[in-house]
Amino acid sequence: MEYLMLIYSRESDWAALSDEARGALYKDYYEFTESVRQSGHYKGGNPLQPVATATTVRVNNGKTMTTDGPFAETREQLGGYYLVEAANLDEAIGIAARIPGARMGSIEVRPIQKM
Amino acid sequence: MTPHSKESSHEVERVFRTERQRALATLIRLLGGDFDLAEDALQEAFAEALTRWPGTGVPANSRAWLVSTARHKGLDRLRRQSVFEEKWRVLAWTAPRFEPPDVSTLEGGYDGELGDDRLRLIFTCCHPALAAEAQVALTLRTLCGLGTEEIARAFLVPVPTLAQRLVRAKQKIRVAGIPYRVPPPELLAERLDAVLCTLYLVFNEGYAATAGPELLRVELCDEAIRLARLLVELLPEETEPKALLALMLLHHARRAARLDRDGELVLLEEQDRSLWDRGEIAEGLPLVEECLRRGGAKPYALQAAIAALHARAATAAETDWPQVAELYRLLLNLQPSPVVELNRAVAVAQAEGEEAGLRLLDDLDARGALPGYHLLPAARADLLRRLGRTAEAAGAYREALTLAGNSAEQRFLARRLKEVEVGRFS
Repeated sequence: MEYLMLIYSRESDWAALSDEARGALYKDYYEFTESVRQSGHYKGGNPLQPVATATTVRVNNGKTMTTDGPFAETREQLGGYYLVEAANLDEAIGIAARIPGARMGSIEVRPIQKM
Repeated sequence: MTPHSKESSHEVERVFRTERQRALATLIRLLGGDFDLAEDALQEAFAEALTRWPGTGVPANSRAWLVSTARHKGLDRLRRQSVFEEKWRVLAWTAPRFEPPDVSTLEGGYDGELGDDRLRLIFTCCHPALAAEAQVALTLRTLCGLGTEEIARAFLVPVPTLAQRLVRAKQKIRVAGIPYRVPPPELLAERLDAVLCTLYLVFNEGYAATAGPELLRVELCDEAIRLARLLVELLPEETEPKALLALMLLHHARRAARLDRDGELVLLEEQDRSLWDRGEIAEGLPLVEECLRRGGAKPYALQAAIAALHARAATAAETDWPQVAELYRLLLNLQPSPVVELNRAVAVAQAEGEEAGLRLLDDLDARGALPGYHLLPAARADLLRRLGRTAEAAGAYREALTLAGNSAEQRFLARRLKEVEVGRFS
């Protein structure tokens, strides 16, 4: 099965990190990504630019409505994602728990619906 | 209907009642983890047994017959469904809501039990990815065979709410890929905790609200004990299931003494101990000793040890309070929780005096650790009453009264409030 792992955290927490701590976190992310690539679970993934750069688009009666910012203001923001292949939810949970962002925020694990 | 066939249908129902759980547990596995399909197929097999067995007699291995008949029915349905889904996909150009299991992978092979399927079922129903209330509902529906209406009544929720809870839980198991298995060793300890927690939730729901004509509540306790026994049987190496079983037995043993003739709540210290169920106590006590000896000081073992000290005391005055307080201290180290702190404070009050207990309770209160929990002001009120500080006691009883939800508890608190008020003014 495929699972999308949505990484949520407070952007302010990231901003508050020292350069050293941020460097260590990037290194952890690099190592995690390498390990899931090698184990064959990795199907994709990227960090996202901050929510300040987000644009929300809706179409109303054929007219495109554009607003600045994310759809919902939440305490934690979506900061990145991985797409992984896992045998079942237990394996997916095990992988999600290894994402460095799980330590400072939360990971939402969503099964992919096959088309 | 001839008397003979009527007798047979009773026999069929008896077989079905005793075999249902194991047959269902195996079928869910054989049908690719689809709970609904397995339930429906088993129901169809039962209907067929009702028409067939009165003529042929009950087969020697009735469970195997039910499983194999239900499996064929389930697979037939899956085949029809996958043909339908395929046609629908082509016609409507839509995707199915979920991937139906590949029927060919489910065909053939051994259709008997594999290990104990009931253990797979327990761990799946109590998977931590399901909400606690969904785990409880699914456990009672699937493992205990209780009806949706019965469960809704026991938990005081509307039937549609409970039905929806079950639908969502089953859907999540299928769509999110919750595996139908006993967790591997590295996950077992953690998952076992979730299972024990669910069983204890079921038990407490039955135990905490013994008021009223709700017989089903007692049934919840019985079911929790039955499942704990099953867990003990299936995982003989683990001590915590055994400790939970002992804990539940020792609590359950007091049920006849917990309410007086008028249905009013009777505190532990005032209970008529001759009403305690000696059989359940005799079964529970050696289990506690075994768990402490083999497994050491683990959370359920400690709680069972506390219950054992109460069970051993012939009168309330003979309770070994210093040891109860010490066990709560150990439990608090393992599982920091304001409710355990509250219990420890009550034990300390008995062991070292009301003042010492009150200090701990006031500290809890000052920290705002248990907002809205009626037992904190109720415990404070009790100690204040015993210290003769009746005005403060009355205030605390009033506070507890506004927070208590159970009517038997409300009546008890109102009675105590009246007593301290009368004592004060007389």
